[in-house]
Amino acid sequence: MTAPATTDVTREARPARRAPRGRAAGPSLWMAGPALAFFGLFAFVPLIGVVVLSFMSWDGLGTPTWAGLDNWGRTLTDPVTQNAMWLTVVLTVGTWLFQAPVSLLLGVFMAGRQRYRAVLSVLFFLPLLFSAAAVAIAFTALLDPNFGLGAALGAEWLAQDWIGDPDLAMWLVIFVIGWSFIPLHSLLYQSGVRQIPASMYEAALLDGAGRVQQFFRITVPQLKYTMVTSSTLMIVGSLTYFDLIFVLTGGGPGNATRVLPLDMYLTGFRSYDMGKASVIAVLLVVVGLLVSLALNRLSGANRMESQQEGV
Amino acid sequence: MKLRTARRTGAIATAVAVAATLAACGGGNQPGGASSDGASAWALTGGSEDMFRASFEDWNAENPEREIAVDWFANDAYKEKIRTAVGSGNAPTLVYSWAGGTLADYAENGNVVDISDGTQDLLDRVIPSVAANGQIDGTTYAVPNTQSQPVVLYYNQEVLDAAGVEVPTTYDELLDAAAALQEADVIPVALAGQSVWPELMWIQYLTDRIGGPEVFQAVLDGEEGAWSDPAIVEATTRIQELVDAGAFGDAFGSVNADQNADIALVQTGKAAFVLQGSWVYPNFLESSPELVESGGLGYTTFPAVDGGAGDPTNIVGNPSNFWSVSASASPEAQETAKEYISTQVLSDEAVDELLAIGTVPPLTGLEDRIAEQENPEYLEFVYGMVRDAPHFQLSWDQALPADQAQALLDNLSQVFLGQIDPQQFSETMDATL
Repeated sequence: MTAPATTDVTREARPARRAPRGRAAGPSLWMAGPALAFFGLFAFVPLIGVVVLSFMSWDGLGTPTWAGLDNWGRTLTDPVTQNAMWLTVVLTVGTWLFQAPVSLLLGVFMAGRQRYRAVLSVLFFLPLLFSAAAVAIAFTALLDPNFGLGAALGAEWLAQDWIGDPDLAMWLVIFVIGWSFIPLHSLLYQSGVRQIPASMYEAALLDGAGRVQQFFRITVPQLKYTMVTSSTLMIVGSLTYFDLIFVLTGGGPGNATRVLPLDMYLTGFRSYDMGKASVIAVLLVVVGLLVSLALNRLSGANRMESQQEGV
Repeated sequence: MKLRTARRTGAIATAVAVAATLAACGGGNQPGGASSDGASAWALTGGSEDMFRASFEDWNAENPEREIAVDWFANDAYKEKIRTAVGSGNAPTLVYSWAGGTLADYAENGNVVDISDGTQDLLDRVIPSVAANGQIDGTTYAVPNTQSQPVVLYYNQEVLDAAGVEVPTTYDELLDAAAALQEADVIPVALAGQSVWPELMWIQYLTDRIGGPEVFQAVLDGEEGAWSDPAIVEATTRIQELVDAGAFGDAFGSVNADQNADIALVQTGKAAFVLQGSWVYPNFLESSPELVESGGLGYTTFPAVDGGAGDPTNIVGNPSNFWSVSASASPEAQETAKEYISTQVLSDEAVDELLAIGTVPPLTGLEDRIAEQENPEYLEFVYGMVRDAPHFQLSWDQALPADQAQALLDNLSQVFLGQIDPQQFSETMDATL
């Protein structure tokens, strides 16, 4: 099956090779081919499918039938989905507020030259190596009020109904997501700090700036683009974050952690309401794109001006 | 020249990539990796996995030309995968199911074939009320393939003795027992609230005891306002009464049934009762044999409700699991699958395997074989329960169409959390009919 297809396509490809060279410089456009083919097949085509499906009614079996704007009206007025939208905002803001400051401080620390820094950096990095499912299962087991750490150590405050109490579950989710992703963002900040020329700090030192002043006047402004990159990853990431929450709480208790991606999945693959799930998927794509575009624009990162003029 | 080679390499790489992608999209019509026309099956891990493995190995050893390729899945993963596979014509030849709403969908869309021919011998041995689950309008689309799974009230006798509590036979006695057990500092009833589906067993039994099986039948028939039936409102009211009385402890939302945390609570004496399907008994046998052998593990039927219209010998649960034959399989594969069903499913060896792990297949006339087993009392209890039940209600989440089932689980968990009251539950559920 594979062999004949290869020769066919190669033959068709040949004329292109002989075509007059429009741009002599730069790599051949063909080199973008594989990436484009994969992107087209696995991202663009399904995306169009989802948009079409959002106007259809389909239960996963049988033939999809046209439903017009019905799904859209149904989804946008559904209290469960509205709640999911709100929870997504809470999760996005919450994980950012938790992760951004901690990652910045850790990153700055990891970039320094303190004793044991390397050992500690390796330890901080560990959570990134674990799969989301394993992290979720481990936390479920550790926080189990009957058999977990709280019961084992006799620590009352730890033996709470973390996963089963609607008031606690969302905070737990934010904490565990932060725990898993702070290493990645610390790494970004560490490399960002390492790029700042030492001469800037020396100059500040001569001007009599203390450590705190150095941090706020040099380190933070110099890390602007690192912050934009890291925040974009955090915000767009938490908009679409799914696996850890799915294994940790499954959207429960009740609907307390049913954020949009989970709402989409549960609607599509538990309720088999593919039309409504597609509407949520389209919403996620649009919001995700808009947010990352907006972040890029607002921060001026798309211009990527140098911040080290005169150094 | 160098440039040219690079370009050719690029073109070939593209071509290979495209071909590979196309192959990835087009292939996979016969999952399981068997020869293209061969039969395949998807089966579930855990529970009676060993029985299924033995039966497929037997078949493949006896029929080397017509081997069945089997893939194994965890319960939840399977449920999510199979529907997409069936809907897209990529189903395995043998489709495992719980019958109910899903099977009705399959049959309506022509995804599974009529297997009335050739399965009569098997069906003649099956308890009729169980066999009926695989039949739609007199046509057999599915046959039972494993043990019967009624929901049983298990308890730790040592915990009851320590607290001086008798096994409750009515709902009011259960409430009293809950109070006494809390005094003794144990969780009265272990409930895996995180998994949500164990909560279904409570509303199913309470509704049946209060109003009889007709109440849920009205829901299945889609009668307007069926969820507002007084029996359902009373059942959800009683559920909240139990929750408020602390019958499920104060952290049931963190208990997960997939990790058997509810069973573990009873095994370790931290909880007294657990209402679960009979599929958990092999777990008790395996992880706390001392408790089972010393008679410390008790089992009984769900308590009656005073003044209730339902027969207290009615049961809920899963009558069995079922095999169907996929309509998208080749005719040869369908033949293989049917022959496998008539020769291997619930064969003598399979029955022995099931009885040995403490489960009971839904067949008639098993009394003698059960008496030969090591711990016949429990098996006799479960067998009697299934054989003599006037009504065996299939789990509601399996009986209902998928969208209604999911809404039910969502709203029921909110009833247990006290986030909505019984009236809100009935109103929201009525809107799904």
